[in-house]
Amino acid sequence: MRTVHTDLPATRRLILRGAGAIALTGLGIMSFGIAPVFAAANDKYPDDAFKQKGAADAIKSLYGRTAEPSDKVKLDAPEIAENGAVVPISVTTTLADVTSIAFLASENPNALAAVYRIPPGTLPNVANRLKMAKTCDVIVIVEAGGKLYSATKEVKVTVGGCGG
Amino acid sequence: MALAAVALAALTLAAPAADTPDPVADAKAFRNFFVTKFPKVKLEDFVNGPYSMNEGMRRQWEEKEQFPPYEFSLDTGKEMFSRPFKNGKSYADCFPNQGIGVRQNYPYFDTNEGKVITLELALNKCREANGESALSYVRDDMAALTAYMAFTSRGKPFDIKIPDDPRALEAYQNGKRYFYTRRGQLNFSCATCHVQNPGERIRAEILAPALGILNAMPIYRSEWGGMGTISRRFTSCNSQIRGVPLEPQAEEYRDLEYYLSYVSNGLPISGPGSRP
Amino acid sequence: MASTIRVRATSSGETTEVQVLIQHPMDSGFVKDAKGETIPPHFIRELTFEYDGKNVFIADWGAAVSKDPYVKFSFKGGKKGDDLKISWIDNKGETDTTTAKIQ
Repeated sequence: MRTVHTDLPATRRLILRGAGAIALTGLGIMSFGIAPVFAAANDKYPDDAFKQKGAADAIKSLYGRTAEPSDKVKLDAPEIAENGAVVPISVTTTLADVTSIAFLASENPNALAAVYRIPPGTLPNVANRLKMAKTCDVIVIVEAGGKLYSATKEVKVTVGGCGG
Repeated sequence: MALAAVALAALTLAAPAADTPDPVADAKAFRNFFVTKFPKVKLEDFVNGPYSMNEGMRRQWEEKEQFPPYEFSLDTGKEMFSRPFKNGKSYADCFPNQGIGVRQNYPYFDTNEGKVITLELALNKCREANGESALSYVRDDMAALTAYMAFTSRGKPFDIKIPDDPRALEAYQNGKRYFYTRRGQLNFSCATCHVQNPGERIRAEILAPALGILNAMPIYRSEWGGMGTISRRFTSCNSQIRGVPLEPQAEEYRDLEYYLSYVSNGLPISGPGSRP
Repeated sequence: MASTIRVRATSSGETTEVQVLIQHPMDSGFVKDAKGETIPPHFIRELTFEYDGKNVFIADWGAAVSKDPYVKFSFKGGKKGDDLKISWIDNKGETDTTTAKIQ
C-alpha cells in the first residue's frame, strides 16, 4: 500500500496536498470513521494526531494501538537540554521493515512533534532538533512490520523552548 | 575555601593595576589562571566557551555543528560583503587584505584618532565613508557581516597589539577596570561570572570562561533564536545583571573589547559560534 | 532570493546520507510577542525528498520542530552527481523547492 503512494512523484503529491489541505482542515482523520490504524500508513498529513494533547492520545490517533518498549530502538537525547528551543534527538534501530518513526515529548502542549515515513530502501535512522516546553519524557515510536516499538528517555529542560 | 582561592587569584590578577600597567604580565597571569583552574581543558578549547567545560553540552553542540544554525547568517554576510556600495566601492576596499582573514587583528588602537577601533565600528566607518548609512550594532546585518569576516579568519590566533602610545595603554587599562568593576542590582562584575565562576550554572546557563570568550563572536544563541554581535552580547550581559547597558560601541565597551581580546592573544578565532 | 533550503547529500557508494537545514520560523502558536500578543502558528507541515522519481523520505512536522529545522537520514543507493529534490509546504500554504546534487 505504501509503495503505491511513495512511487508518486513528489511534485504531484505536493500539488494534491496543497489543494486538499484546506478541505481537510477541521474534518480530522478520525471523522472519516476509518480504522485509524491506517492513518500513518496512508498519504495524509496526520492532522488529528498533531492536535492531541497527551502522548497516548497522539499515538492512538496516529496508529490506533499502543507500542511495546524495545531495546532494539536506540534513542539518543541529552540528559539535560542546553536549551529547550533546540534539543537534538536521534534514533537508530536494528528492527526490520520499518515504515515510520514518530517523535513525541510527553509534556509539550501537543505531544506529537514529528512523524517520518520510511519507504523501502531508506534506513531507519533519523536525527532531528525539537522544542521541549519542560522536563519530560521523549518517546520515539518505530513502526516495523506492522507492529509498534518504543523507547523513552527523560530529558531535563531548564530553559523551556516555548519562549516565556 | 574555593572562594578564598578565587578571591586571592582575582587579587593577584588585579595587583599590577595598582602601579605600572603591564599588559604582557596581565595576559600571562590571565591565561595561567584559567589553565590552572581547568587543567583538563586544552588551551585552544577555551574559545568554545561553556562547551569546553561540560560534556553533555558539548555533545549537543557537536550535533548542532553538523549543520550549524548560523549557516544562513554566514551566507547573508558573504553576500552583503561582496555586494558593492552605490558608489561602486565595497567593504573590501576599506580593509587590509580585502577584509579576508583579518578578524584576529581587531580591535586595534588607532593612533591618529586616539581610540580603539573594533571590527563593528570599522565596518560602519567604511559604510559612512562610502555614503551608506550605518548599520545597527545589535541587529542581524552587522552580525552577518562579522560572521563572514570571522569565518574567513578561523584558526588564526588573536593578534591584538598595544602600540607605544600612552593613550593605547590607557584604553587597555580602562577596559580592564570595566571588566573588574561591579555594577547593576546584582552587583556583579564581568569577572564575577566569567573569571570566578566559568563552568558553573547561573540559573539555567553554564557560564563561559573569559579567556577566549570573544574568539567565537558573533554567536547564534538558541535563547535569542538568532545571531548576535559583540555589542549585543555586552549590552545583554549588562541587562542580565540588572544594570543599565551603555550605548553599543561606547568608549567603555570598545576598551573592554580591547582588553578582553588582548588577554586572549594566541587563541584561535572560532567565530561564528553557536551557544545555548 | 536565496533558497530557504540548505542541503548536504553525500554518497558513500552504498548509501547516501542527507542533511538539511531550512530557514523557517516554526512558530508554535504558544509564544507571545513583546506586546503580549500571541504569534500565530506558522510551521512546515510536510517535507519531502525525491530521488530518481520516488520519495525516499517524508517528514510530517508539527509546531514542536525547532526554528530553522534540521533533519538527517540515509537511503540506499544514490549516485554522486545525481539530483535530489527537496520540497516543503507549511501551514499557510507557502512552499519552497530545491534540487541538490549528491556529492
